[in-house]
Formats: sequence, C-alpha cells, structure tokens
Amino acid sequence: MHPAFQGLITIIIGVGGCVGYFYFANQFLDKVLYPAKGPKAGRNINRANQIRPWIFLFPALFVLLLYLGYPVVETLRLSLLERVPGGGYQWVGLDNYAQMASEPKFWEAMRNNMFWLIVVPALSTAFGLLAAQLTDRIKWGNVAKSIIFMPMAISFVGASVIWKLVYDGRPIEQEQIGILNAIIVGLGGDPVTFLTIPFWNNFFLMIVLVWVQTGFAMVILSAALRGIPEETIEAAIIDGASPLQIFFKIKVPQIMPTVVVVWTTITLVVLKVFDIVFAMTNGQWETQVLANYMFDKLFRANDWGVGSASAMVIMLLVTPILIWNIHSARKEMR
Amino acid sequence: MDNIAGSKSSLTWAVQLSVVGLVVLWLLPTFGLFVSSFRTVEQISSSGWWKAMFPSEQNLTLRAADPDDFRMPQGDLFVVKGNLFEDEGISEAEISVWGTSSRDVAAYTAGETADLGDGETITVQSNGAYVWSGTDDQISGRGQRVFVTATTPPEFTFANYENMLLDPNNSEGMARAFFNTLTVTIPATIIPILVAAFAAYALAWMEFPGRALLIALIVGLLVVPLQLALIPLLTLHNAIGIGKGYLGTWLAHTGFGMPLAIYLLRNYMVGLPRDIIENAKVDGATDFQIFTKIVLPLSFPALASFAIFQFLWTWNDLLVAKVFLIDATGQTTVMTNQIVELLGTRGGNWEILATAAFVSIAVPLLVFFSMQRFLVRGLLAGSVK
Repeated sequence: MHPAFQGLITIIIGVGGCVGYFYFANQFLDKVLYPAKGPKAGRNINRANQIRPWIFLFPALFVLLLYLGYPVVETLRLSLLERVPGGGYQWVGLDNYAQMASEPKFWEAMRNNMFWLIVVPALSTAFGLLAAQLTDRIKWGNVAKSIIFMPMAISFVGASVIWKLVYDGRPIEQEQIGILNAIIVGLGGDPVTFLTIPFWNNFFLMIVLVWVQTGFAMVILSAALRGIPEETIEAAIIDGASPLQIFFKIKVPQIMPTVVVVWTTITLVVLKVFDIVFAMTNGQWETQVLANYMFDKLFRANDWGVGSASAMVIMLLVTPILIWNIHSARKEMR
Repeated sequence: MDNIAGSKSSLTWAVQLSVVGLVVLWLLPTFGLFVSSFRTVEQISSSGWWKAMFPSEQNLTLRAADPDDFRMPQGDLFVVKGNLFEDEGISEAEISVWGTSSRDVAAYTAGETADLGDGETITVQSNGAYVWSGTDDQISGRGQRVFVTATTPPEFTFANYENMLLDPNNSEGMARAFFNTLTVTIPATIIPILVAAFAAYALAWMEFPGRALLIALIVGLLVVPLQLALIPLLTLHNAIGIGKGYLGTWLAHTGFGMPLAIYLLRNYMVGLPRDIIENAKVDGATDFQIFTKIVLPLSFPALASFAIFQFLWTWNDLLVAKVFLIDATGQTTVMTNQIVELLGTRGGNWEILATAAFVSIAVPLLVFFSMQRFLVRGLLAGSVK
C-alpha cells in the first residue's frame, strides 16, 4: 500500500475516534441517560448538567494524568530501583543517585547545563530586547522581525544541520566551505574545528539555541515595549534623558515582569533540549548535557535506574519554576 | 514614539545598520544551506556556497577517448581528436592550466603542447579540445589522463531534490519519512485541540467543584519535562499492546501538548462576552450546543495559534518519535530522525544533508510565513498579561 494512503487511513481513524467520543457521549447523556422530556425533564436537565463538565474534561484529564502526572511518580520510583538480572526489580534506595554522582560524565553534564542555563536565556533575552527595540523604530521593522523570528519554525535538528555547515572546517590546503573558517583563513588564520575544542565547543552549540530562541524573546518583548505608557517616556525626554537612559532606566524596569517570563520560558526550553547536542556532537568532546546524558543511560546503556535518577535531577531543577507558575496563576485568578 | 520632542537623531543610521546586521546574521546560516541544496556535489566540495553565483575553479581529472576505437591514421602516426569535457559529460568550462602527471597538474597553459617523450604529444585548448598524437604503440591501450584546472560557470540543479524525494530506490530518501511525519503530525495537531477545547470550555464557563484546583494543576504541569515520561510510558505502551506505533505517538503528543493547549484556550475563552453565552442558555441551548455553535467559532484565533504551535512542535520533534514510534524495522522513521542518521553516516555529504534538511524545513517555513499573524497572537495571549 502506498505510504500516503496508509497514512490517510490512520489519520481518519485517529481523528474520527476523537470526534466520535464527544458527539456520542453527549448524545448518550441527553437522549438516553437523562432525556430532557417526560415528567422528570427539569430534574434530568440539572443532572445532565452536573455530569457534562466531566464528559468535557475526561479525555483531557485522562491524558494529563497518564502522560504527565503518573510518570513523575513512576520515574521517582524507578530511580530507587534496580533491575535484577533475569527479571524483576529490587529496592536499592539511593544507590542509583550515588552511582550517578560518581560518574565524571554526569558532572560534566551538570557543569555544561549550568553554562547553558546562564548563557542561553541571557543572550536570547538580550538579543531579543535589542532586536525588539531596534526594529520598532524603523520602517521595514516588520520584515526584519519576521526574519529574526523565522528560526522558531525550524526544527532543532534542522538548525543543527544549518550550523554544522557554518562551523564546517577543512584542512588548510583545501578550500573552506564553512563560512566562519573561510573568514578565518581569509584573514590569514588556520582553520578551526569548532565542535571539537573542549569547553569552548559548548558555547558554539549554545549559539544555535540562542539563534532559535531570540525571535521568541523579541516578539514578546516588543509587545511589552509597545505597552509602555507614552507619558513616562515623554516626561523623561522633557527632563533631558538620553536615548540610552530612557531605554535602561525607564523602559526596561517597566517591562521587567515580561522579561522574567521570557527568561523563565527559555530556561525551560534549555533544560529540556536534547536534539542540538544529540545531532551535533552527541555529547562527545565534553559537550554532554543532562537531557542527552539521560537519553544515553536510558536507551544506550539500558540503565533505567540511573537514567530515571538523572530525569529526577531535571525535574528538581524545574520545580522552583513549577511552584512559581502555580503561585502566580492563583494570584491572577483572585 | 520617534516623533516625540525631537528624538529623531543621527542615531537613525546606526539603528538601520544594526538591524541590517542582525537580519544578515539570522538569515545567512539558513540561506547558505538553502543555496547548497541546489548545487552539485563537485561544486559544494570545491567552493563555499557564497561563491555559488560566480564561476568556480575546479581541479578535474579527465581522460582522452579510448584510442582503440577513436584513433585515426595521419601519415605514419596516429591521432585522437576530441573534447575532454564532452567525453566526460561536463557542459561548459574553461581550462586555465593543465598537466599530464598528478605531481604537476599545472605544467602547461591552455593551447600549449605537452611532449610525452619519444615524439608522443598532446595539445589541450582552453575549451577542452585536444589533439593527441604518436606512434601505433603509443596511441593504444587506455586514453591519456589529463589533469586540468578549469573554471566552470555557476550551475544550479534540482537533481538533489529529485534524488532525495522521487527516487524510489534511494534507501536514504526522504519520501517515506515525509509521509510518516505527516501521519504523526496531522492527528497530533487535531486531537489535542479538540480535547483541549472541550476542557478549556468546561474550565472557563461551567460550574463544578474543584475547578480552581484543576486550573492550578494544569499551570503546574506546563513545566514538567517530558524526559520524565519516557520510560514509564514506554513500559505502559508495551504492556497494553500499542508498543511502538502511531497511536502511542499521537497519545504522547496529545498528553505533552495538553497543558499549553488548555492554558491558551481557556485564557481566550474566559474573555468571550458573557451575554452571548447566557442568552443562549436562556434560550434552552445545552452546553454542547453552545460550545459547538458559539464558542468554537468565536475562538478561531486562539485555536489557530495553538494549532500552529502544536504543528511546528510535532513536525520538528525528535525525542517523542525516537522513543514511542521508531522501531527496529525503520519503516516508521520521521524526517528529523532520518536527518540525524544521515549526519552520522554522511557527515560530509552536504548535497544530501542540505537537501534532506530543506525538505523537512520547507513545510514549517511555509506554515510560519503564511500564518505568522496567528502565531504571534497566540504567543502574546499566553505570555503577556
């Protein structure tokens, strides 16, 4: 069977099943279980209305609990267990965590992750703020915004291929096809293999994520900048503030809450991102990060205990953001 | 804000230039890959993509025609005449220097005659025409090798795309992966929207106990890293018999996309005018009718923006597909995975890598540029209060 046809059938079944559930569940409630006619019509309508929210919510809650709630508990449990040869598990307490802590690769991943967490959100937000401020002031700003925003649509894998070409390096006798090395050689230097220089290669990988995320920061910060009341800026101009002063002392403090939101969102992306390292270096040459370390443990070494333990480390790192999110959501609802 | 109190200044030029700089920095990497995907193998390996518009200089090893078939007697000697480029199928090029030994590839300039010893000679013109002459003994066996340094005009080709997309015998082709990606993406975009829209309506407009708690729970789940879900869910999928396949992948994408979907859609639906919904209720509409006939059409902008997000995210996903979809047979591999594998096996073959990457980037870019308005609106609805 042609793959397109096969795909079409799978799609129809998948989507049809979902539409069918909502339609027939509501039909069943209104026509069979509590029909809105006969002597008990009024009571039936009320009862149906008490049940209906849960019909609406059921699929959502079901997948939420199954795909996000249950794994948190189960991964915690797995991180305290070890597979026994021949089948089954045994309780080993914190052994997995201890073993993980004794591995240099784990600490390399922790160290690199720390750099990622500092550098990527900071640079993305800074570039985003700069781009937002600059593009708001020129005529073709919207075109420029579209172009800076565009990498958001490109997969991390696609971005990795794109940047691998930028970083490509060849021996000095050959013509360079990576633009960075072409510039270096053009200026009289020796070609550099960017991705294999320990320590610094981490930053070359981070640039890829900064390149992807800046557009996101720019779009949101630009909306925030436009929301600043003009009176405050006018007042500052009248008082003789320079453009730089206006930007840093008037505008930035007013959009600080949005900057924090952008920063946090990018931090979350950084913690979860694995594709870039996986595709570009696969953790070689000291570029390991937590997410890739975990993938290695789970699916290459088949060590579910340590893999789960490192997943819990990632969970631990996002927990403050989780709490802060819930806190601000509750404040908003009041 | 520019025209307030004379802030128009000499800075305008600096601003313009900085923006040009930023745009170039952001566009150049993608553009380079794009150009590369239309170049031939020889061009990619011999010059950078930024030289694609200019003639490029290449070192080629060519061979004169087979003397046993093509030689002609001339006096007591034999000659072979022809064109090096035509024999090799190269359309157009200009030779600057050439040689007959790999140790000295630039021994002669175009039009010079090389003496190969004992009266055997070969003359090569700049357009590739050659005359090779010598005795019966010398002009036999295989054709004479000629090393040329030639300038070829810029050339663009669709051959890479034909090879990657249309050639059914190419095991590294992207056609199958393309359909697989579509099969993952379409339901994984529609199902979460449907499910989340119903849930968002319930959370926004229906009264029931525990509503506030549920909303807080969903906001909290927004940040749960999906890495946590891999092993428990893979075990679960295997246990209930859906193993590795599309169904499991759709469910996983639905689950992971759900918090953001509910959050965005609920925020939007809460803002709909209360009057409309209450009027409909008074007129005897059930919640199901209100939802499908009023709220759903009114929520189109929010639905569209989430749809774009979910589409981009599922189309570009690698991790979920790697864990929940791709099995040992490789029949269900998606494009991102195909590219990662090509990176491993064909790391230097940019004609393959660039084309593969562009096949997978093309659809999201198309969606992005046509629906950008909705995407931005969705981002702003979710992040800025």
